[in-house]
Amino acid sequence: MLPAITPEGSSADGESPPAASSGGTKVPHDKTCGTFVVVLRVNKSVREQRTFSTVSPKARTPLVPAQTDPGAIRNFCIIAHIDHGKSTLADRMLQLTGVVTPREMKAQYLDRMDIERERGITIKSQAVRMPWEKEDQTFAFHMIDTPGHVDFSYEVSRSLAACEGALLLVDAAQGIEAQTLANLYLAMEHDLAIIPVLNKIDLPAAQPEKYAAELAGLIGCDPDDVLRVSGKTGEGVEALLDRIVEEIPAPVGDVDAPARAMIFDSVYDTYRGVVTYVRVVDGRLGHREKIQMMSTGATHELLEIGVSSPEPEATKGLSVGEVGYLITGVKDVRQSKVGDTVTTAAKPAADLIGGYEEPKPMVFSGLFPIDGSDFPVLREALEKLQLNDAALNFEPETSTALGFGFRVGFLGLLHLEITRERLESEYNLDLISTAPNVIYQVTAEDGSLHTVTNPSEFPEGKINEIREPVVDATIIVPADYIGAVMELCQSRRGTMEGMDYLSEDRVEIRYKMPLAEIVFDFFDQLKSRTKGYASLNWQAAGDQAADLVKVDILLQGDKVDAFSAITHRDHAYAYGVRMASKLKELIPRQQFEVPIQAAIGSRIIARENIRAIRKDVLSKCYGGDISRKRKLLEKQKEGKKRMKMVGTVEVPQEAFIAALSSDEGNGKEKAKK
Amino acid sequence: MPSVLPLGDPVPADGGFPPSVLQELPTRADKPLGLYVHIPFCSVRCGYCDFNTYTASDLGPGASRQSYPDTLIAELEFAASVLEASGAPARQLSTVFFGGGTPTLLPAEELARILGTVQRLFGFVPGAEITTEANPDTVTEHSAEVLAQAGFTRVSLGMQSAVPSVLATLDRTHNPQNVPAAHDAARAAGLQTSVDLIYGTPGESLQDWRSSLEAAIALQPDHISAYSLIVEDGTAMAAKIRRGELPDIDPDDQADKYLLTDELLQQAGYHWYEVSNFSTARATRSQHNLNYWLDSDWWGAGPGAHSHVAGLRWWNVKHPAAYAQRLHADTSPGHGREILDAEAKVLEHLMLRLRIAEGLDIAEYNGLPARTASGTAAISAADLQNLVREGLIEQEPARPSSSAPEGRAVLTLKGRLLADAVTRRLLG
Repeated sequence: MLPAITPEGSSADGESPPAASSGGTKVPHDKTCGTFVVVLRVNKSVREQRTFSTVSPKARTPLVPAQTDPGAIRNFCIIAHIDHGKSTLADRMLQLTGVVTPREMKAQYLDRMDIERERGITIKSQAVRMPWEKEDQTFAFHMIDTPGHVDFSYEVSRSLAACEGALLLVDAAQGIEAQTLANLYLAMEHDLAIIPVLNKIDLPAAQPEKYAAELAGLIGCDPDDVLRVSGKTGEGVEALLDRIVEEIPAPVGDVDAPARAMIFDSVYDTYRGVVTYVRVVDGRLGHREKIQMMSTGATHELLEIGVSSPEPEATKGLSVGEVGYLITGVKDVRQSKVGDTVTTAAKPAADLIGGYEEPKPMVFSGLFPIDGSDFPVLREALEKLQLNDAALNFEPETSTALGFGFRVGFLGLLHLEITRERLESEYNLDLISTAPNVIYQVTAEDGSLHTVTNPSEFPEGKINEIREPVVDATIIVPADYIGAVMELCQSRRGTMEGMDYLSEDRVEIRYKMPLAEIVFDFFDQLKSRTKGYASLNWQAAGDQAADLVKVDILLQGDKVDAFSAITHRDHAYAYGVRMASKLKELIPRQQFEVPIQAAIGSRIIARENIRAIRKDVLSKCYGGDISRKRKLLEKQKEGKKRMKMVGTVEVPQEAFIAALSSDEGNGKEKAKK
Repeated sequence: MPSVLPLGDPVPADGGFPPSVLQELPTRADKPLGLYVHIPFCSVRCGYCDFNTYTASDLGPGASRQSYPDTLIAELEFAASVLEASGAPARQLSTVFFGGGTPTLLPAEELARILGTVQRLFGFVPGAEITTEANPDTVTEHSAEVLAQAGFTRVSLGMQSAVPSVLATLDRTHNPQNVPAAHDAARAAGLQTSVDLIYGTPGESLQDWRSSLEAAIALQPDHISAYSLIVEDGTAMAAKIRRGELPDIDPDDQADKYLLTDELLQQAGYHWYEVSNFSTARATRSQHNLNYWLDSDWWGAGPGAHSHVAGLRWWNVKHPAAYAQRLHADTSPGHGREILDAEAKVLEHLMLRLRIAEGLDIAEYNGLPARTASGTAAISAADLQNLVREGLIEQEPARPSSSAPEGRAVLTLKGRLLADAVTRRLLG
């Protein structure tokens, strides 16, 4: 299976730098420069023939799963930023090791990848087994893909835990990006052997000297140890495969101990149910064995066990150090959770591997169908998505303004965006999503503790303390933008933690920031203030007490729950003014004056008035006007059905959408529709 | 008439009525029958105008200023034959209205000839109201005399404004000083008079509007129509506003001007009988226009003209050349038509009756078979009370023939400005 389809390509992260990159298989040039692409493709196919018709697979007799000596196994992953050429390199490795022929590669794998790209981000991570031969000894490689995005950091950590080594792959024309750096640090924490690799050395814009020095500085090696390859031409890839044998340690485990295998991925497949990817740490799992999930104690029959090479191939079992898949017939990934340990029911192990964490939602948003009758469809859609997304959780929510919907918890903004896009495209739903917010722990004056995932849960009356989640944010930018980044972070209540020069002109800036300040338009702002050059990564870093208030928006004295927000006291006024003036533009004039107020508790902090409409009549209505006029009234009557009544005020659905989505960082396109 | 035609069903070549109309038509013998005659020529295209009118004097075979009257006569003959073929008792015309365009761009003698044909084909009821619109520059003592002799009873002058800068913005080329002369000429010929005014033009001050109203009042016409300017998409004025060359229309300014209109006209003895129409007496109301609001029948002749007969609305092809071509081929010039269903009938009844000073007879409305058939809610006493409390309507006693306690809902001054909102409210 192809390793490279991960959520990292989506826009919330979207760290595609402004400079054009060429990964060989990417097609963005098509639109701008057709002639160039044709030439490029000709060159590519010529090169492919030259490279792959003359190089034969290095290992003619692959090692047999379940019977492989752990000493001959190498488990690794590739840490790379989107567009740094991970998929192209992986493709070359599949070809060089002979598990995929050039013909298959073209006809099957690249095509399939395109389809999956189009479909969206469904496949999170996979593992592929490849044979390799060095100095007459045959090895079995397991290449494990890692999701690239910060939202899925727990899954990343599980993927890393399944490996002994990592290829740190960096575009030789762009240098390392913040997320890659974060994953590198994570890999180093897991004590993985790191092989630094510069990719795309064939590019004219490549600066291998400069970025080799950058990588050497980061991992503490000699710049000469940094491998230079081109996934596109295949240059240096064989040497890289040899380096994997040399530098990545073989897995160590107790063959005779009770079986323990760690789940690092779990994918729902319509035809086969849940496919669970595991790394065996101790013992052995065999076909038709009864297995047990250690976190829950649930047992399942093993219907199939196997390896991907890259097509799924059933095997007799998996042994110490091996990576493969299990199929048990369960239909819900929550029964086969990433991070959990699999053992056998007959001879269960005592301890889980490396603990287990439930996925923890960080960002919450209310999702409401625009057409209220779609509520059951939305419920069903969320339930289906949950089959393949253990981190997605939701509870019904009722809003006086938006009707029935769900409060949905997400790992992060990208997760939110992907989910909403899938609900809209795959289930044909029109949704309003409320501004994303984080979880607050609120202690009321009477000492009662409230967990607030929705502004409407904010307790009335006096508050003793409010705690909000904070994150460690890492931003990498060209040195020219240090000032712009600092200004932005400061305005978002950030505290600077440190700054390091990665090279002469590239800087890593570290801030501690409230998560709430990031879930709005932070990333968009960061991009626009750095001309697109900044990359961002963040990870949860506990919580802090903060001076937060709940701002309510009132229409003619009636609170509109959908517009309430929890903000820092210093930002409350700005939020109130912005929302009030936005609503003034969005809500049509009514027959009476409508005051719009922003309030903290009973104190009004901003006010606008929608003046009463004074003229609503067509002044000419003669013979030729009647049909047109009648149709206009019919249309208005229809439109009235799509109005939400807030007290006696008619608010068009569109006003809610526009007020909630514009310049809030999510759903910009939505607002345009 | 607006230049954009609605979507509808095709009109058969013989222009024949559908069964529902044939069935209903005999029951409408008491309803007045009107005729609208469209003259699609103007000397200048006004920037705000989206009517079906053309400045070229020759628009193709049968559509030049010289040949157009004969083409029109061909449609009148066609109309007479379609009505006759319906089998319903023949009706004489209660009203005729020549509009445009600028009807008086045709020589008065030609208008007289057309009217003569109308009379021959349909006949007039005693006291029939026969109006032509006129550009103030084109009405002379002689032409007024010719029109009166031919049977015209009424002239409607397109005065629009008395303020030169406002007239310039509207692209009106007539000399405001010609208005009194034209008006006097019409009067001298024994014709009833009406003047049309437009308010809310970009750049027009409240004082400008007051001047125009005072100038109109000073003429002492029998009737004044005052329309707020509507900027239709696709007009030159819409483009200028979009480009920022003219300020946009301000509905609040138009509301202020409407209030001033009502105030000054009342003082001068003009009473509203429809949202935009004021007259000195019941007798000087425009009967032709009232028929549009009272579900009467009329035939609209000319390119783009709309007709209504017994729940059937249809409209002619727009371009004069295409129009002429159809008639020369002896086929209906109808471009599209719609048969009003119960829901449409109820909505039209409500929206049109509310516009007039007679108001909406609640018992009549609630008793409409179309209302029950369409499932439209009846108007309740509570609905009315709410509107009364909000100052939008007054409840006036129904006519003596009606015993219903609800009476009639008549828009107040404030309600007239919000007539569409009131319509939507009553529609439920």
